[in-house]
Amino acid sequence: MDFQELLASSFEALLLNKVRTALAGLGIVIGIGAVIALVSLGQATQASVQNSIQGLGANLVTVSPGSQQTAGGVQGGFGSSQTLTLDDATAITAAKFASISQVSPEVSRRGQVTAGRNNTNISITGATPAYTEVHNVTMSSGTFITDQDVSSTRDVAVIGPTVVTTLFGGGDPTGQVIRINKIPFTIIGITVSKGGTGFANQDNIVFIPITTAQKTVFGIDYVNSIAMSASSANSIIQAENDSGYLLLQRHKISNPTQADFSMVSQSDIISAASSVTGTFTALLAGIAAISLLVGGIGIMNIMLVTVIERTREIGLRKALGAKDNLVVTQFLIESIILTIGGGLTGMVLGITLSYVISVFIGLPFTISIFAIILAIGVSGGIGILFGWYPAKKAADLSPIEALRYE
Amino acid sequence: MDQISISHVRKVYNTGDVETVALDNISFSIKKGEFVAIVGPSGSGKSTLMHILGALDTPTSGTYILDGQDVSKLSKDQLADIRNKNIGFVFQAFNLLPRTTALKNVALPMTYAGVPKDERNKKAEQLLKDVGLGDRMNHTSSQLSGGQMQRVAIARALSMNPAIILADEPTGNISTVQAEEIMKIFQDLQKQGHTIVIITHEPSIAVYAQRTIYIKDGKIEKEVKNGKGTKN
Repeated sequence: MDFQELLASSFEALLLNKVRTALAGLGIVIGIGAVIALVSLGQATQASVQNSIQGLGANLVTVSPGSQQTAGGVQGGFGSSQTLTLDDATAITAAKFASISQVSPEVSRRGQVTAGRNNTNISITGATPAYTEVHNVTMSSGTFITDQDVSSTRDVAVIGPTVVTTLFGGGDPTGQVIRINKIPFTIIGITVSKGGTGFANQDNIVFIPITTAQKTVFGIDYVNSIAMSASSANSIIQAENDSGYLLLQRHKISNPTQADFSMVSQSDIISAASSVTGTFTALLAGIAAISLLVGGIGIMNIMLVTVIERTREIGLRKALGAKDNLVVTQFLIESIILTIGGGLTGMVLGITLSYVISVFIGLPFTISIFAIILAIGVSGGIGILFGWYPAKKAADLSPIEALRYE
Repeated sequence: MDQISISHVRKVYNTGDVETVALDNISFSIKKGEFVAIVGPSGSGKSTLMHILGALDTPTSGTYILDGQDVSKLSKDQLADIRNKNIGFVFQAFNLLPRTTALKNVALPMTYAGVPKDERNKKAEQLLKDVGLGDRMNHTSSQLSGGQMQRVAIARALSMNPAIILADEPTGNISTVQAEEIMKIFQDLQKQGHTIVIITHEPSIAVYAQRTIYIKDGKIEKEVKNGKGTKN
């Protein structure tokens, strides 16, 4: 009996009992499909979280005033220190570090903003033109704050789309006047919505020149933070070092652990977020492992039952002159056909399922090659093993024992 | 010449702590072309004897010489070859593959012998015509009566043209009329030169044989020649 005949008779045996074949195949399909769908969705969620962090700004490094925590020391509240100045930012810009492409000094407080009868309490941010580059801000109309606005301490303002709605009820208010702490500011531009919510709402904000903010509105001479864009993702650490040592030197501090400022880079945020999504992925891996186990046990059971049910058939085939190897090989081929068929169907099902769900809940669609290999590897292995093993045991029986099997 | 020669065969089954002696010191021989019936009540060990004769099982001790070959010394694969080429089986329960056509059932032993597809289909068709089932070739076992199933089983037993046909209660599950037809087929086969060994507990079936070996409690009780097998 050559291989081609063996293959043909395996197919024949599978087609003879369609219900049994379909049930065994279904076990494999569901086992593999569930794992692929679950792991793919987990990875999509992770990618989605990373994308949102990426959207905060490209290769962002933020310097904040205040000491880093030292042993036994007390760290001041965020933004309460006054150690960073506009000159620090200018010095970083002037040093022309290759690692840093943009420097954006910022001051920010909440304040009352009015237009006619409407008023709102929102974030008032003193900024320079670099702000748009560092924080990915784009304009829907007008212009952002210019260098002239900053150097001449002009009373001009750029407002976010939420402010347009709350103060003007829509339309394009460019050229109109709003009052910040009773001081009139002319609106010169409106930003495009960034879609943030709550504390990090980037749409409910008013930008004014940083010099105007310091002198006219807040009456301070320090800045709340200096945000910088590293020139590439690889130069983030270099950017932290370059600007950090320059600031230490300017502040006359020799020991970096006693710095009067702290730095957070976007990669820190990403790694923090990654550890969160990593936990999430571990959870999903746990779910996947359980579904692999459950799917695997399902496949194991149906294969065991299927083969044990056919013990008499094995006995008969042996009584008619089939050698043990031939019988086992036929069952092995049957399991492989079932597993490959079920595996491919399960793969298509899993991918379709994760596509539908990701479209439904608005996640990016990703296919986890790892999950596919894992699912097909484990479930396929189980399917083949438990198709082969009971067949091998049945073939080891004497033909008469197998024939008498009930 | 003796085709089958059994001497001092003993078969013991171990089920847990209990030892059951199925066959105890059995010796006999069967000549080529002979028609022999082995008769005994249930539990007498006649089925065990049949399994040993058919190389389906091996004796615990003693020797079994088939065509000059000591079967008790063969490997599993060699035994499979003997079952395939030297012996044709007819079982009480027919043992046809379920959901499989009569033609494929008959062709199955030839598949294992590596006979090409065209050739084995032609042979299987001829055999089914010979047993009177030319119009039932593509019927599956559920579409056949007991007698028809047994005729398919006989056609299958003949497919490798074996020297010996072993039948274990071949008429046990079919009607008396059908049983008579089946026994006629066996007599014809003997005339064509096959050695036939039939196991039964019915004396009415044993009379078709030339010689009857009576078995009781795993031992040979007596041997009777009745000669009717060749007279018909």
